[in-house]
Amino acid sequence: MVEAVQASMQLAPWLAQGQTVFVAIHILGVACFAYIVAKRLVPMVRAERDFRFDHPFARLGKVLKFWLGQWKHPRYKTAGVMHILIFAGFILLAMRAFAVLIVGVSPGFVMPGLGGGTGHIYEILTDYAATVVFLCMIFAIVRRLVFKPARYEVPAKFGKAHKADAIFLLVLIAVLMLADSLFEATKAAAQVQTDQAIHFAAAFSLPWLLKVILVSASLATLGKLCFAGYLAHEVTFYFLLCYRPFGIQFHVETSLFNVYFSKLNRGTLKPVKWGVSDEQLAQVKSIGVKTFEDFTWKHMLDFYSCADCGRCSDNCPANAAGRPLSPRFLTIKARDYAFQRYPMFGKAGNGTPLIGKLYSADEIWSCTTCGACEEECPLLVEYIDKIVDLRRGMIDDGNVPQSLQKPLKALESRGNPYGKMEKKKGDWARNEEFQQLCHIKTLDKKNGADTLYFVDSITAFDDRMQSIARATAKILDHVGENFGILGAAEKDSGHEVRRFGEETLFMALRDHNIEAIKSSGVKKIVTADPHAYNALKHDYKDLPPVKHISQVIARGVESGAIKFDPLENSDNVYTYHDPCYLGRHNQVYDDPRAVLDAIPGLKRVEMRRSRDRSFCCGGGGLMLFYEPKEEQRIGVMRVQMAAEAGANVIVTACPFCMVNIEDAIKVAGLEGKMTAVDLAELAEQQLAREVTPAGVEEISELQPVGTTGR
Amino acid sequence: MARIFAFITHKSGVVDDTAAELAAAARKIDPSGSPTAIVTGFGAELDAACEAVRPLYEEVWRVASETLHYPNAELIRKALVKIVPPGSIVLVAHDHFGIDLAPGLSIKLNAAFVPDVLTIDGAQGPALCVVRQEFGGQVNAHVRCDISSGAAITIRPGAFKPLENDAIEGAVIDKSGEVGALTAGRRYIETVAAEAGEVDITKHALLVSVGRGIQDKDNIAIAQELAGALGAAVSCSRPVVDAKWLEKSRQVGSSGKTVKPKVYLACGISGAFQHLAGIKGNPFIVAINKNPKAPIFQVADVGIVDDILEFLPELTNKVRDLRSVAAK
Amino acid sequence: MEILVCVRSVPDTSDNEIALNGNGTDIQRDELVYSVNEPDNYAVEEALQIVAKLGGSVTVATVGTDEDEEVLRREMAMGADHGVLLADQAFANSDGRGIAAILKSFVKKGHYDLVLTGVQAEDGAAQVGGMLAAMLDYPFASLVNSIEVFDGSKLKVSREIEGGNKEISEIDLPCVLSIQTGINEPRYVGMRGIRAVASVPVPTYGLAELGVERESVGPAAAKVKRVDYFVPTMGNGAEMLSGSREENAERVLELLAAKGGLK
Repeated sequence: MVEAVQASMQLAPWLAQGQTVFVAIHILGVACFAYIVAKRLVPMVRAERDFRFDHPFARLGKVLKFWLGQWKHPRYKTAGVMHILIFAGFILLAMRAFAVLIVGVSPGFVMPGLGGGTGHIYEILTDYAATVVFLCMIFAIVRRLVFKPARYEVPAKFGKAHKADAIFLLVLIAVLMLADSLFEATKAAAQVQTDQAIHFAAAFSLPWLLKVILVSASLATLGKLCFAGYLAHEVTFYFLLCYRPFGIQFHVETSLFNVYFSKLNRGTLKPVKWGVSDEQLAQVKSIGVKTFEDFTWKHMLDFYSCADCGRCSDNCPANAAGRPLSPRFLTIKARDYAFQRYPMFGKAGNGTPLIGKLYSADEIWSCTTCGACEEECPLLVEYIDKIVDLRRGMIDDGNVPQSLQKPLKALESRGNPYGKMEKKKGDWARNEEFQQLCHIKTLDKKNGADTLYFVDSITAFDDRMQSIARATAKILDHVGENFGILGAAEKDSGHEVRRFGEETLFMALRDHNIEAIKSSGVKKIVTADPHAYNALKHDYKDLPPVKHISQVIARGVESGAIKFDPLENSDNVYTYHDPCYLGRHNQVYDDPRAVLDAIPGLKRVEMRRSRDRSFCCGGGGLMLFYEPKEEQRIGVMRVQMAAEAGANVIVTACPFCMVNIEDAIKVAGLEGKMTAVDLAELAEQQLAREVTPAGVEEISELQPVGTTGR
Repeated sequence: MARIFAFITHKSGVVDDTAAELAAAARKIDPSGSPTAIVTGFGAELDAACEAVRPLYEEVWRVASETLHYPNAELIRKALVKIVPPGSIVLVAHDHFGIDLAPGLSIKLNAAFVPDVLTIDGAQGPALCVVRQEFGGQVNAHVRCDISSGAAITIRPGAFKPLENDAIEGAVIDKSGEVGALTAGRRYIETVAAEAGEVDITKHALLVSVGRGIQDKDNIAIAQELAGALGAAVSCSRPVVDAKWLEKSRQVGSSGKTVKPKVYLACGISGAFQHLAGIKGNPFIVAINKNPKAPIFQVADVGIVDDILEFLPELTNKVRDLRSVAAK
Repeated sequence: MEILVCVRSVPDTSDNEIALNGNGTDIQRDELVYSVNEPDNYAVEEALQIVAKLGGSVTVATVGTDEDEEVLRREMAMGADHGVLLADQAFANSDGRGIAAILKSFVKKGHYDLVLTGVQAEDGAAQVGGMLAAMLDYPFASLVNSIEVFDGSKLKVSREIEGGNKEISEIDLPCVLSIQTGINEPRYVGMRGIRAVASVPVPTYGLAELGVERESVGPAAAKVKRVDYFVPTMGNGAEMLSGSREENAERVLELLAAKGGLK
């Protein structure tokens, strides 16, 4: 208390002359900021609705984890740690800044709760905080200028570099810290000189350093410097406050909201229009995103919240392969468009079509929906829903690449993208050799089963992938599962149909399949296709629980129902490629690995991008038909990663990954040196069939006690 | 039996190969008859064409007119209607010209129209029995035509073995005078040649298709030489495009082009499902692959286990030998 | 510009094996799905693009039965303004000439500047366009792969001829053109669009309304009749040649010549 009074006694004369100015800056600053934010809200008010007000506790949990806890940041160590420090610094400094601002108007002001001892500790902490932030700024500037991380670069087609603006902001924050430190330092120096009770600066902090430099300056000089520091602080503070909404730094204000309102159910897509049921959709005149105002307010908030860190594009397989898509610029372009069309002064622009102007059609079709971008983004910016909404708009306008029209038409008329006849869907099971081993039941009103094996189109029709179906069936048989297939009654799950924007066709496929599944009366569903898995689990409603075959095998291994023979050739080095829709989208990382590790003699390595950082194989479903413009194949990049990791066998658990990887092995010229195998195929090959509970008993009955007979 | 005419197409005086095929087809309709060739055009080119056709037909009707310098189907139809006796049968090759001419001709002659004939089983009185294909060549059909008031028939190029009788010395009869002034609602302006690299493989009846077995961009030339000798186009499977050895427009497959050739040479192509999905119409497939277990051999008609880099040049030589023999 | 596009509903045979019925009189049609003939679809797209630039309307017409209405609706979902079904008991089993006669009567009832058809349908005959033009005494061009509208009285068209070359001609309106695939990139018609036109009325015209002469249609008038379908014999798997390289090359050459592979 004493220090406060004494401090204020010191400050008052120094700052008194500026009081009017300070008040004026306060009013101007706050007014400008309010005006700017109001203008930024205008497009959001015109935007489509988005239902994001449910589950407040879950949302708060996300805020704690991702905003306060900076959960995603350490994925890029250097930048991550630095940002955590800066963020922590800002949080700590927030109250100090506020107090400082008020002090210019009311010199005796002390923040409630920060008087006395607590205030002291707070002062120390914030001195260090300011120092750390200052140092981080220096380091960040050097990093930008000297080390130039690749993900910050702006390809020519996306405009000018963002470096100048980035450095400008970093400099401003450094100035803010400096100004604040100067202010503190001058106060401390004055107190030392006047021998007052110590308002001391934390040792070796920036304020301390400045105090040491200034300790012998005259009081008058100190007074002027104090005033200068204060003014600089206030001006810089308000300048930053009002400048932030014009660029990437707006995330300082919007990040909390962006995280709070972020999507809770990651597995599925947003409805075509929130609040419009499937049946009502037919009445809607236009669907999908065609103009900027067709985005939802949350999507617009995403655009405002992007920090331009480039982590999304750095992990985007389409971007790496040279396709026109770069998620970062999808956002930045939209943000710039919003700033342009909704300027501070003047009328807001009318909705102009986005495709063909802001985005190219190829840019939007290039996305494999792998989710790597969303997984990386520290601000939880969402991409898949936006891409799908843009595709919905293109489909609505009939603007669909020819290469996709054929499979879509086939899906409509035959329920599979290949146009094959429905009655052939169960042909994979009618292979003569296979039928000796395993007779597959086709479910209908008369024939039921506990479990449905949902095969889906590629596994059922593609000659190569049919072996995955047979392997899956044999495994299910082996564990004694009472299962059947839908056969001709099964249509494509529609997973990619939906993600390519053909919602109406998806609903038709979905409704047909739900009907067929319900009338079969099964209580469980198993599939070997992660896309079908994701669709049945998230896109469909009210279905029995769904499992992927890798999970079934893993449970079997755990319970002892499945045992593996050792590999014949133990020289091979295996690596597991996480399929996007099994791994990242559904967090099934460990079960497939557990299965592989249970095979005796199997040597396994991890690729440098695995688990939630797995690098997409190139995409499945309709993506197999699309002809992207790219510099190299996504699959080839993945196969090279496997080779780098020292593996010569790639194991995957998805038929689309299998297509892309097997193809890529040939294109990369690694035929004969690298092979690919499906997890189910490998597991089935290695099944130790003799060792069944019944078999063991038989043998021990025949042999005298003491010998195992094996 | 009605009189049979064969409309002969020629370019710069060079007569199309189908001239001999039409002569053969005519003899299948009427083994004892003698078809008449009709040649239109102008100047020296017309003369050369008539001369070239004489060994195949006993009578060659020559129709000269400046307006007929470029073969315009409408003008030619009007000419034919004037000179061809009622109830006649007119044969044309089923190519871009025949498609343009024959249907309308059948209406103006009030005759039956029989398109794209593969085989002629024979005529019995007013009925002509032929074989056609439908559904992109997936099925054949026996077709009976009422030719009592004549017929306009288009013959599939290459379906009939060309007539080899060059002992005939046909008489050239000038019919120009009977045709009179001809005008048409469609007037020829010019022909624009295809840009190199703009080959549309979907429009070719014969494809030399290469896969990874070609191994190197430089080896593509081997396929191109064979294609040149055969009058075929070079197409490929996806890996070749990915490797940027050929442009995308050459790719056959579910994410490439769908082709409906009559003959498909699959060279060093394994026969993956995605590639085969682009081949329609049940063409005759010859597969050459080093790997005897390549899936292509399941769908091919004829298979050869060999290195395409060795086999294709051999085949090219044989084709060239044959051509040089035929040209004599 | 008032454009009429004649479309046809054909079985979708692209990925499906054609099977013959018991006695070879027809193919098995029970499990086939029908859709618009591909070249006709390109023709409709071309018509829509012309009308988008110059104004006017696009009418699609088909000779068939109630089941073929589906195809009209699909083209209407694509953007065609009117759909017309030409159906009558008397029309059944008409040959190409009969169909052309029916279409001719319909054309005469309206005022169309341009009539388009697709180059050919599943029977590979490529006949209706040319016949229709001759019946109407309109100029005709087949295998059209590009259309440029000169003015209200003429078009400049390109025809696809051998080797990828293009034959450029000027043609007077009104005329008939048969359109080749690849002339444009047809827009996508989604399920939503088709459902949206599900209740738009599609008038049906029969023999009387069109004023078609009974003698010119139906089986009696057909001069060309299919007797049966048959499948040429084809072995399973390739016949593997086992001679020397030279012998194999000879044999391949023989086969190429026999299959029409040598020009």
